[in-house]
Amino acid sequence: MDITFKDVSYIYQPNTPFEHRALSNLSFHIRSGSFVAVIGHTGSGKSTLLQHLNGLLRPTAGEVDIGSYKISAEGKTKDIKSLREKAGVVFQYPEHQLFEETVEKDIGFGPLNFHVEQEEIKRRTQEAIEAVNLPEELLQRSPFDLSGGQMRRVAIAGVLAMEPEVLVLDEPTAGLDPRGQREIMDMFSALHKEKKLTTVLVTHSMEDALRYADHIIILKDGRKHMEGPPLEVLVRKEELEQVQLDVPEVIQFLSGVEEKLGYSISYHNQDIAQLAKELVAMVKGGR
Amino acid sequence: MSSSMIIGQYVPGNSVIHRLDPRTKIAIIFFFVLIVFFANSVMSYGLLTLFAAGSAISTKIPANYLIKGLLPVWFLIVFTFLLHLFVTKEGEVFFSFLSFEFYTGGLIQGLAISLRFFLLILVTSLLTLTTTPIEITDAIESMLGPLKKIRFPVHELALMMSISLRFIPTLMQETEKISKAQASRGVDFRTGPVKERIKAVVPLLVPLFVSAFKRAEELAMAMEARGYQGGEGRTKLRELHTGRLDIYAYFLFVLVIIGLFITRS
Repeated sequence: MDITFKDVSYIYQPNTPFEHRALSNLSFHIRSGSFVAVIGHTGSGKSTLLQHLNGLLRPTAGEVDIGSYKISAEGKTKDIKSLREKAGVVFQYPEHQLFEETVEKDIGFGPLNFHVEQEEIKRRTQEAIEAVNLPEELLQRSPFDLSGGQMRRVAIAGVLAMEPEVLVLDEPTAGLDPRGQREIMDMFSALHKEKKLTTVLVTHSMEDALRYADHIIILKDGRKHMEGPPLEVLVRKEELEQVQLDVPEVIQFLSGVEEKLGYSISYHNQDIAQLAKELVAMVKGGR
Repeated sequence: MSSSMIIGQYVPGNSVIHRLDPRTKIAIIFFFVLIVFFANSVMSYGLLTLFAAGSAISTKIPANYLIKGLLPVWFLIVFTFLLHLFVTKEGEVFFSFLSFEFYTGGLIQGLAISLRFFLLILVTSLLTLTTTPIEITDAIESMLGPLKKIRFPVHELALMMSISLRFIPTLMQETEKISKAQASRGVDFRTGPVKERIKAVVPLLVPLFVSAFKRAEELAMAMEARGYQGGEGRTKLRELHTGRLDIYAYFLFVLVIIGLFITRS
């Protein structure tokens, strides 16, 4: 589904001493099927933006279009519930939302609310638990007996079981160990391609943004600071420094190599081993 | 919800009222609540209103914010007024409409009682608007100090109060977070039959309790790790002290009390 923000502003607690402007005149367009990373400092409006994507918040001014749904300050959006079925949100620390007696029931909770048939729920639960790489035996256990990492995966499976078309991820790897982080992100990336999802990833990690996203939006104080494809955005050092962000390490390394040694290697998602091979080949080949 | 209710919400500031010792504020408000019931003439009510309005203005909190924040209470005030107007049958009939007859006694009593009500609420909400919860607890601990002699656990009580006050906003945030997460999974808290809506509370309460217990355990552990072992011999980070400002405030208030007893009839 295409997502369009038209001049969206959002103000918390308007007309009180606590009034706070979280988004100001934000406009952008997300093509259906793209993987977008939203980056910004704490308090830059990332979480507020995210809550507009399934109608949890209504813009104070402007309009948000998601597929055929229109959300604006005035007027009720019809079928906000069906929008929530199509746009699944994985919140920060999603394991805090677990509550059922068994993992199976918790994963099936979303689909049940959207009146999916029992048979179908069973099928989706199976599929979701496989997708997050957990053994099926866990289905009958209580979610509160699991480890933190497993709980995270169960919570994610609960969102996947809704079979959304838009997947919104709010720092889904925060607090996991490096290996778990990699696994979860790779899983989202695979799902994105396989199910042709539109994915919006809110993150602090420039490395993740570079590796997985095909479009990047950087926010500063509720305004759009930069936007574009990763390799165009993530190389602009001065502009990134204005929002206390760094150029990703790989890019820093590659531009260092080009500057000092004169070899120019393009970035195409290669890992360290591949990169080393390419470099060796270049040095041996004498450019 | 949180945007319209201001009772109990602290508004940061540096006005005279903000800087008063919290004990002074509590003491003055306590006696104000008592003397409001002694007022019985136009002059005495005027004096009290002047005192309350003066205090409210000197907090420098925007007036429209105050008035809007008290909105939920306005209903109660208006209701009290109407009740007295309809029920009291004293004095002369000053107005009759269809079969209803309104008496001057009812009008006067209605006005007096609702003004009393308004003053009480305004003054007490000024306390929480200008004093942080932690200052209030400190003040209560200090004012209950004498009870230690009869082995009343004053410090523990104050600690319990400040911990629970401290965690109200945290739990509210947590509630909001979880309810948003569950709403995203299709829970409908607002519409639908009552039975369904009661059932919708379960996915909210269970995670809330789980995290509250976890938090309590972590807090206890952190306090022990930092050597907490009760109130015995513990020094204070924030010393309360009664300064010149407080003496002026008491003096002004005593004048108001004297004025009240002169003007009442």
